[in-house]
Amino acid sequence: MTTASISLGASVSSQSRFMQLALAALLGIFVVGVVGFSHIDAVHNAAHDYRHSMAFPCH
Amino acid sequence: MNLFRNVVFVAAIAGLVAGVVLACMQAYATVPLILKAEVYEKAGGGHQHEHAAAPANAAGGNAMSSAAPAANSMSAATPASAEAAAPAEDEGWAPADGLERFAFSVLANIVTGIGFALVLVAVSEFAGGIGNWRQGVFWGLAGFAVFTLAPGLGLPPELPAMPAADLMQRQVWWWATVLATSAGLSLIAFRKSLPLAILGVLLIVAPHIVGAPQPDSFETPIPEGLHHQFVVAVTVTNLVFWLVLGAIVGVVRGRVTGTATSLRDSFA
Repeated sequence: MTTASISLGASVSSQSRFMQLALAALLGIFVVGVVGFSHIDAVHNAAHDYRHSMAFPCH
Repeated sequence: MNLFRNVVFVAAIAGLVAGVVLACMQAYATVPLILKAEVYEKAGGGHQHEHAAAPANAAGGNAMSSAAPAANSMSAATPASAEAAAPAEDEGWAPADGLERFAFSVLANIVTGIGFALVLVAVSEFAGGIGNWRQGVFWGLAGFAVFTLAPGLGLPPELPAMPAADLMQRQVWWWATVLATSAGLSLIAFRKSLPLAILGVLLIVAPHIVGAPQPDSFETPIPEGLHHQFVVAVTVTNLVFWLVLGAIVGVVRGRVTGTATSLRDSFA
């Protein structure tokens, strides 16, 4: 990690860096997937207005 | 896992703020239109929920209806009382109209705001990170293009009671379009090669050549004008959401990395 590129996690190996960032991105996709795309009725109903307002496929 | 923690920290703050902003915008811009559409949905007697059970129930009372008296709003805090408020509801638990329904929308906005922020921060770290709010605005534009614009071309924002193709097929197309558009954009932005840029354009165009799943019939009780208003409202509110999200990531990340070098590793 050079001083020129300031990173959120300095001095981590590139492999560990990749794993941690991939993990964070997957966690984000999982969260959006559950709230916005789950077929469970209660989840759909709770986030109904949100799903419509985000143009997520709904109903 | 310092990096992971820092990403989560930045994403949590940015997602929280942008989610609250989006929820406020939705309360004024999109939710009133959804409530209007539900009046048509009820009047039309057809409940387009794919999982709606028997047609006999379709015209019946519906916990999601705007026509339900506001008296429900404060009373129901438990699933049991929500069901009591709408005995004909057969689609499982739903929040009672009014405050409870709004509270769940706000919660959904914040939780997914943090989810989108996690994706944005993680992906942008691969490309060197969002250094300031102005870079964040451009990253936000990219997020808007990937998550709203591209899928919205094939599957425009839909109101209740609007016809749509099979839910699963649409969801698959939605995610495939998000994936292809993000891959295409990053090929164009981060590879300094003309053939790869052309490949990027092809990736962005491809989902629209395949085409989004469409319903058999577009007949709907929803007036064209109402739907158009909704498409504009959804697109603009999402644009602002992504710009705010990107900008705040830039600001918060700057605070995290801008402190003393020693803090960088031990932060959070």
